[in-house]
Amino acid sequence: MSATTWAWLVLLLPLLGSISIALGFRAIPARAAGIVGTAPIGLAFACGVAMLANLLGQDPDARHHASSLWDYASVAGLDIKLGIYVDQLSTFMVLVVTGVSTLIHLYSFGYMQSDEGYHRFFSYLNFFVFSMLLLVLAGNFVLLIVGWAFVGFASYALISFWYRRTTATRAGMKAFVINVVGDIGLVLAAFLIFRELGTFDYGAVFAKAPEVFSTNEWTVTAICLLLLVGAFAKSAQLPLHTWLPDAMEGPTPVSSLIHAATMVTAGVYLIARTHVLFVLAPTAADIAAFTGLATLLVAGTIAIAQTDLKRAIAYSTMSQIGYMVMGVSIGAYAQGLFHLMTHAFFKALLFMAAGSIISAMANRQDIDRMSGFWKAMRFTSVLFLIGSLALAAFPLTSGFFSKDSILAFAEARGGMYTWMAIGGYVGAFLTAIYTFRLVFRVLPGDPCPEAEHLIESDELYHGPPINPATEEEEDTEVGFPGAHHHIAEQSKPMAVAMAVLGFGALFAGLIQIPGVTDVLFKFLDPAFANSPLSEVHPSVGAEWRGLAIGGLISILGIATAWLLWVRQPELPALFRERLRPVYLLCLDKWYFDEGIDLLVVRPALAIGRFANRTFERLVVDGLVIGTEDVVGGGGRLVRIVQSGYVRGYALLLIVGFAGLALYFLLSSS
Amino acid sequence: MNVEWYVVLSSLLFAVGAMGILVRRSPIVILLCLELMLNAGNLALVAFSRMVGNQQGQVFAIVVMVVAACEVVVGLGLIVALFRRKLPLDVDALRELRG
Repeated sequence: MSATTWAWLVLLLPLLGSISIALGFRAIPARAAGIVGTAPIGLAFACGVAMLANLLGQDPDARHHASSLWDYASVAGLDIKLGIYVDQLSTFMVLVVTGVSTLIHLYSFGYMQSDEGYHRFFSYLNFFVFSMLLLVLAGNFVLLIVGWAFVGFASYALISFWYRRTTATRAGMKAFVINVVGDIGLVLAAFLIFRELGTFDYGAVFAKAPEVFSTNEWTVTAICLLLLVGAFAKSAQLPLHTWLPDAMEGPTPVSSLIHAATMVTAGVYLIARTHVLFVLAPTAADIAAFTGLATLLVAGTIAIAQTDLKRAIAYSTMSQIGYMVMGVSIGAYAQGLFHLMTHAFFKALLFMAAGSIISAMANRQDIDRMSGFWKAMRFTSVLFLIGSLALAAFPLTSGFFSKDSILAFAEARGGMYTWMAIGGYVGAFLTAIYTFRLVFRVLPGDPCPEAEHLIESDELYHGPPINPATEEEEDTEVGFPGAHHHIAEQSKPMAVAMAVLGFGALFAGLIQIPGVTDVLFKFLDPAFANSPLSEVHPSVGAEWRGLAIGGLISILGIATAWLLWVRQPELPALFRERLRPVYLLCLDKWYFDEGIDLLVVRPALAIGRFANRTFERLVVDGLVIGTEDVVGGGGRLVRIVQSGYVRGYALLLIVGFAGLALYFLLSSS
Repeated sequence: MNVEWYVVLSSLLFAVGAMGILVRRSPIVILLCLELMLNAGNLALVAFSRMVGNQQGQVFAIVVMVVAACEVVVGLGLIVALFRRKLPLDVDALRELRG
């Protein structure tokens, strides 16, 4: 079979899984739903591997294929096919998405076991995987938009999965609205591309673009900026990021899959996919790179002050995606995607471990309450530590190689990009601090009551079910998290999924050691060969120098965290007091929510209120009431004639006919 | 004889009928006046028919008579119905359809 046939199978399997669970939820018993949900994703991963094997059998420069099943829309001048585009980039994304999804499905199999919405969960999750695969495999901008909107919906449905929690439904709406802002940007970009180039097809667009556009022409810059609006909204970059921390209201596997490993990297994929356009619009690319840099720094500072375990990890996700966006925008395409892959491993792992800990805490997420889990949950703790090490780019872990490859590239490009590399290293220092802040506060120390309970009775602590955001007690019925929770120590599927990811988080970096192995870049580079930036290559020596600096910074950051939260735990309190404004700025997330509220929400509300009170009353009501008065007045006039006297009517008739006769007589003479 | 005389007579008859409809209140008289107006029309038709010299106007007059007969049937039926229900035989009293 050809690569495209495998790709169609990759798309088909999750869709079948989703539909069969959704339609057959009465017939499929609870545990079977997990299998029906997980198996297609595993098979899709296998098909992805087959797709890769097929591509590897071909010449590196001929590894791109388009295929279409039928016409999606075909009207005057518009020819859109239901087509996919298989090349190194989409194959890579398919493998990351299906691979991580398989493991997270496996994890959910255990984690969600006691939830009343088990079927619904797997159906949504499969639908999400289908949408994400559609997004990465789409062969034209129209299908890309379809996939883009589908993942937005899947994200909404899964954030609001516990639909009787008002905080969750509100977070879902927020995510959806902000994502729609991005969708609009993407749609407008597609319109503009069609107007300028007359096609939506990837191959044709990227072939024509260099001929039609001159560098930094306003149209291509506008297209790229609009694409960036879409990418920023989906990938939670400033200032469209506020939905991502709130999205943590969803179940933890959802945070792990959608809001860490796959969906939020769609923006990175988009920039890499349209790199031909970004090369033609260096201004837009620089804007993207600076936004990435700003996001990684801002999110890093916020993550240090957060006390909610999942939110802190969510901010770290934002920060890491900042690295990727910066990477693919400055031309470090393969490097950015490399970080995307390793990040998918270690961030998914971190969320899984966090989910396990949160389960043991009876759904509480406040790290102020947690301590001593090293003694209570050894397996989870080890994997939490592995994930944190990889996130903090500790030497020889996967994050170490991937993050530094981006920064080494930035340094090699020189000029202002050197400053980006320096900013990236500052961000790496922050990353190490906030990551190990979590580690040092959750793992060591005396066990907290919940951990104590687990050690003593080997059973999970079951407090009253609490909404972690509002501390309110809630139901355990359908639409809420179930009463029973599951931890990796007591659930095989969860443990297996975490172990595999832990292996990836530790060793995935070994496929791309500068000067030693070059598996990934050799595979990906031909896809970006048409970019002039692919000429830029940091020397092996420079890369190792970067790695040394990165490793040093990482160890320094971890040591700082150790000093602050283990050695002298009174120091953070002192900092909080002395640097109160800075602390409050970070704790309140740099007031982005408030800023958006002030700049967008309130003006919109004011316009709405004006429309309601003034426009509606004066203009709309005026029109309606005016019409009513005219019709009513006319009716009243006509009523006078309708007297009920038969002879009155007769008189009218006679007078009327006489009038007509007179008129015709006069006009004929 | 000149056709004008016929037309003048027809107009007079028509005016008398119309006046009767406007001023009288008894439904029977109103029906009579209606007949008068129709026959005024008939007279004009026949007169013009003779003037022109073909029979089409006369055919028309016969059709009008048929219509008049039908109309009388309906009208008298209404009057009988009014009488049976003991309603006043006065068209001004029957003004329930007032707007």
